[in-house]
Parts: sequence; C-alpha cells; structure tokens
Amino acid sequence: MAEAKKLVLGVQEPEDQSEYDREFSDDDELPTEPMTLNMGPSHPAMHGTVRIILTVEGETVKSGDVQVGYLHRCFEKEAEHATWTQVFPYTDRLNYVSPMLNNVGYALAVEKLLGVVERIPERAQYIRVIVGELSRITDHLTATAAGAMELGAMTIFFWCIKGREWIYELLEELSGARLTHSYVRVGGVAYDLTPNFADKVQALFPKLEKILKDVGDTTLELSFFRDRMDGTGVISRERAIQYGWTGPALRSTGIPYDVRKDHPYLVYDRFDFEVPVGSKGDNFDRFIVRIEEIRQSMKILAQAFAQIAPGKVVLDDPRIILPPKQEVYNSIEGMIGHFKLIVDGIKVPPGEVYSYTEGGNGELGFYIVSDGTGRPYKCRVRPPCFCIVSALPELIKDRPLADIVPTFDMMNMIGGECDR
Amino acid sequence: MSLAVLQRAKELLGDTIKSTHSYRGDDTLVVDAAAIVEVMRLLKDEVGMDFLVDLTCVDYLGREPRFEVVYHLRSMKTGERLRVKAPLDEPEDGSNPALDSVVPLWAGANWFEREVWDLYGIRFHNHPDLRRILMYEEFVGHPLRKDYPKERRQPLVRRDPNE
Repeated sequence: MAEAKKLVLGVQEPEDQSEYDREFSDDDELPTEPMTLNMGPSHPAMHGTVRIILTVEGETVKSGDVQVGYLHRCFEKEAEHATWTQVFPYTDRLNYVSPMLNNVGYALAVEKLLGVVERIPERAQYIRVIVGELSRITDHLTATAAGAMELGAMTIFFWCIKGREWIYELLEELSGARLTHSYVRVGGVAYDLTPNFADKVQALFPKLEKILKDVGDTTLELSFFRDRMDGTGVISRERAIQYGWTGPALRSTGIPYDVRKDHPYLVYDRFDFEVPVGSKGDNFDRFIVRIEEIRQSMKILAQAFAQIAPGKVVLDDPRIILPPKQEVYNSIEGMIGHFKLIVDGIKVPPGEVYSYTEGGNGELGFYIVSDGTGRPYKCRVRPPCFCIVSALPELIKDRPLADIVPTFDMMNMIGGECDR
Repeated sequence: MSLAVLQRAKELLGDTIKSTHSYRGDDTLVVDAAAIVEVMRLLKDEVGMDFLVDLTCVDYLGREPRFEVVYHLRSMKTGERLRVKAPLDEPEDGSNPALDSVVPLWAGANWFEREVWDLYGIRFHNHPDLRRILMYEEFVGHPLRKDYPKERRQPLVRRDPNE
C-alpha cells in the first residue's frame, strides 16, 4: 500500500532560506511558493461532496489530488443482501437526478440474465423510454443549471430548475415519489401511465423550448460565462477514450457514441433523433451538447407518444411478476406466489451478464452475477461519471485555479453515482 | 459478428487463453492472470478493442481460484464487445493476490484498479498510485470480500498525522 501522504496546509517554507533574505526591486515579479489548498469536501462552488487537494503556484494549479468516496453507501454490499427486486430503491439513489434511467438500466440487466428481454410487452418498453427520456431532461437541466449558477448566472439556474420541477411533478404523479421513483420492475413497470399523461408532457414542450432558447441566447452573449467556458477543460478524443469517457462529455469531443444509436435497446431503433456532438471538447461544448440533447429527448418523447399503443405493462409470468392483489387475498396459489416472490425473490438462473444503457452521464452498465438464488451474487454498476471525474487531475493541471469550477461542473459529477 | 472477435482473439493469443464462452450474447475470454498486460495490449492493438469500459472483480469464496478480475472492452470502430476474465488465487502465505496493472494501456484503469484494491484487496503491480478510493485510509479490511460481514461497523478514528 502506498504510504499515506501527509497533508500540510498553508504556505510551505522553501528549502532555500536565502530566498527570504534577497533584496527586491520594483521590476521583480512577486515570488511565489507552492501552496497547498484544500478545496472541499464542502465547498460553495462545488456541487457534490468531493475534495481536491491542490498545489497551487500563484493562480496556477500545479497538481490536484481528487478524492471521492464521501457519498459511498455500499451499494454493492447492500445489493448482495437484497432480493433482485429490492435493489430498485438503491438504484434510485445512484444518479439521483435521473433515477428512472437507473431503474431501467438495472431492470434490463436482470431481464437479460433471465432471458426475457424480447418478451417484455411493447407498452412497457415505450413507457420505459418515456420516463427515461423525461429523466434525461431533468439530468441535463440540472447539469446546465448548476454549471451556470456556479459561474454567477443565477437566472439561468432558476429557469432550468423551474423546468426540472415541472417534470418532477409529472413523475411524482406517475410514481408517487418526487425523486426516488422505484417505478420500473423486472418484467415491466409498476403501473400504467396516469390519464392524460401524454397531454401533460406535451403541454410542457413549448415551455421547455422557451427555457432552452432563453438559456441558449443568454449564454451565447454572457461574456463572463463564455470567457470561463470557452477553451477551458479541453480534452482530446484520444485522452477521452483513454479515460473511458462516455455520454455528453465524450460527444463534446466529436465522437458520436451514444448507446441508444450504436446498440439500440428497448424500442430506440424506431425513433428518428440526432446525436449532437461538439468540436473542441471544451466546457462550452459539453454545455451546448446537453442543451441540444434535451431537444432530441423531446423529439423522442413526441414520437413515443404517437406510437404507444394500449396493452399490458408487465410480463405475463408468475415466476417474475407479483400476482394481482385480488388473487393474493382470495386464492391459495396467489398468496403462495406472492409470498415466494417477496421472501425468496425472483429466481434468476446462474450466470453473468453485462448490460448497458445510455444514462444521463454516459454508458450506465450493470454487471450482474447470479448463483441461482433470489439475491444477486454480485451487482456491479459501471458509473459513467466515475471515469469522467478520474480525468479531472489532468484537466486542471497547469491551468488557472478558476478553471476548476467550470471543468468540474461540466463533468456533472453526481456523488451518488460516482461513490455508490 | 461478435463471434469474430472471439475467433480473432483465439488465433492471436493461443495458449494464454484458458477457455472461452458466450452466454446471453456476451462473449468471454478467460485468460492467464500472469499474462494480463500482454493479452490486453494485443487485444487493444491487434483486435481493436480500444475502449476499457469497466474493470471489476468478483469474489467466489470457497471456489478455486477464489477471485476473478473482470475487464469489459469495446471497439470504438466496430462496436464489438468482449469480456476478459483473469482468475486469481489467494497466495498461501495469506498476502494479497496481485496482478499487473493495465494503467499503461488505459489511463481510466487508474481509478478502477484503486477501487478493486480498496474493496477486494487485489494488488496491482506498477500502479502509479494504489491508494484506497471509496473507503477512508484508516479502514481495515476489504468490504466487498464475501467474508467481510455486512454488519461490521468501523468508527472512523483519525490518526494524528504527526505520529
């Protein structure tokens, strides 16, 4: 094990004491010594709990040690002791600004191992797309809102958060919870869409479009915003791939990798949508890629509402799906079936699968191993922002201290997902 | 399409492959842990699996070999995917099992390997900075090992850095 580094805060004395005794003239530059600064774990300009131990020379960052893990809540260990169904509430808390996408990603992984992916009713697949895209909009709105706010554009924050709240209200109406939905089930979704759900969502589109236009127009003209976003946090395509970047952050460099396009799952192959990409790979590209992706999500939603047909929302398989309450209370088979599924859990055949979907931050993968019992033997989540944040030390090195804030913001580090 | 990757890998790697299988559409190579860096280099440069998607570990307590380090690769050009597993046994003297680091091939492996060290206690040779990442420095043991009880509590007691 590497030896624990000693943390020494404040100005470090130079080894050469003669530097202190020297005479200075007015033409000399001010002498600077490397200084260790502690940024975080709770810092007003960093959303999320993360600590960066910086060595700065004047305003320039010489090195930064990024320490994550403050929000570690043993997702995997807890999942190994829960039934397959009981893991859903834990997935809500991974990327907590797009819980539906985590729900869907996990459900697809279990279904892949069960071998029932093709048998999921079509209506359930459409509903998963709909709630997933709504979640993607809330995710991107949060990222852009927080990013703008921390650079001083408070108005943009309020616009975006207002739009996010409209969607949260709809999802709350659907699932009963504003944030921790636990709406998706293995084999389908918990219940059908509420009446007029499509109309309510589509009534939001003009309002959301107005927000996006306002945000786009404003940020293009805000000089302090452009100054701090343009050309900062630049990463090349090669380095982005080296670090395992995915999602909007990878697409900002110009690589059009989107799981929904490259490996279509659910019914994504039936929709017509674009994958927006950036050109320079800087913070501003990551910002506008997210804005444009919200538009594409709305496009997908409109098509999904046009195509969705009435039907069942869960798989017809008593080994996976709880029986209706009517049967549980009135028949012995129903009660036993209910009891077995709750106490023992769904019997998933032994084996291992890696299933991946496009989460808010990129490829959200679930690697699950089953030993044939009702509980996961291993339930690993591949957190997209973990890989992205691991490049932070490289992106802030030899850059001004002030660049850390926009670079970190546009990585959209979500503590729940990064630290699990 | 994906079978082609397995086929190409088999021809290229020969004896270092212990077994291969495909299940639910996922192709898997089981390779010799001692040769992992060489295998990964060949897969990256010759087979085109240039994207390290994920790196993790599974603890099969009671089975020989006990650990499996699992790599997921993707080709950015063709979109093909491959899982590579390196079985790893616990050394007789009770020390931590170890294998070579793939950080020279993928910078993203840095934090992944730190996480595997932190949670499973697998050492990685030639890793630039093998520290704990999710747990705190004072934590004793490796929590995702199957013999680490879920109920065990460890209050965080800070050491005096000057001690």
